[in-house]
Amino acid sequence: MSSDTTSAIGPVEGAAYDVDNPAPYIEPPRKRTGRTPKSTRGNFEMAAWLFMRLSGVVLVVLVLGHLLIQLFLDGGVSKIGFAFVAGRWASPFWQVWDLLMLWLAMLHGANGLRTVINDYAERANTRLWLKGLLYTATVFTILLGTLVIFTFDPNIR
Amino acid sequence: MPAGTLYRGREGMWSWVAHRVTGVLIFFFLFVHVLDTALVRVSPEAYDEVVATYKTPIVALLEYGLVAAILFHALNGLRVIAVDFWSKGPRYQKQMLWTVVGIWVVLMAGSLYPVLGHAARELFGS
Ligand code: HEM
Repeated sequence: MSSDTTSAIGPVEGAAYDVDNPAPYIEPPRKRTGRTPKSTRGNFEMAAWLFMRLSGVVLVVLVLGHLLIQLFLDGGVSKIGFAFVAGRWASPFWQVWDLLMLWLAMLHGANGLRTVINDYAERANTRLWLKGLLYTATVFTILLGTLVIFTFDPNIR
Repeated sequence: MPAGTLYRGREGMWSWVAHRVTGVLIFFFLFVHVLDTALVRVSPEAYDEVVATYKTPIVALLEYGLVAAILFHALNGLRVIAVDFWSKGPRYQKQMLWTVVGIWVVLMAGSLYPVLGHAARELFGS
């Protein structure tokens, strides 16, 4: 075996290493050493990954509950109108429900789209512009929706 | 196609494609949906006028599609979470996908009448 000259790996067993002649020490490729910078890039991506899963679980309840009320019960969309909205937002419970749903869904969706942009936009400039557009639209939508929920006036006229 | 990707086909890849497509669609819908709801701050008439266009048969069909997208994304999202956090998740990912598809089909069949019934009555009378 050790004299097999056709092996690409070469002799391993019975090599000339022993206590007096130890094999060379090879450092693990990603080992933290004294020269590794203390702070690398932080844990943002891990937090984003976790957020997608936690917000997902909460959104199942919020979004499916929302669909059930708006599209399925009491005649579906045919009942929806200003009066229906006024009736629901008279209750702080539904205000908080909708506010939480708005924030979680927008942040979850925006982070998902950030992943998609990172995957397909190959030029750094394209990524920059697409993300700029995404973040602008996201901030605008969250602020607008929040404002509407907080300033809703059933007696607007 | 981006270089160095690992598209492996089969259930794993196609469920991921569907999850991605539905997620992006839902996000765009949500953007429009917040804008239309913001009309309640303009006037009751402006809001009711726009919502009236949502009560037409064509939009009812779009709503059915939206329900389809959200239900798949939600159910498959729970499957992704199970794959990541449940120790046996990766081993049962395929069975879980077919469970997701099964529940989705049942819920979509159950949604036919509630979501499309109104449009059907409008189109075919009575
Ligand atoms: C209904 C409950 C929901 C659940 C359980 C859920 C679950 C998930 C999970 C676990 C992921 C991460 C997938 C991965 O890392 O591979 C994800 C991705 C994503 N979600 Fe959701 N989600 C939900 C609702 C939504 C909503 C309402 C939107 C849109 C506003 C949305 C848009 C997205 C997008 C765009 C992605 C990225 C897809 C990708 O990277 O391929 N999701 N979702």
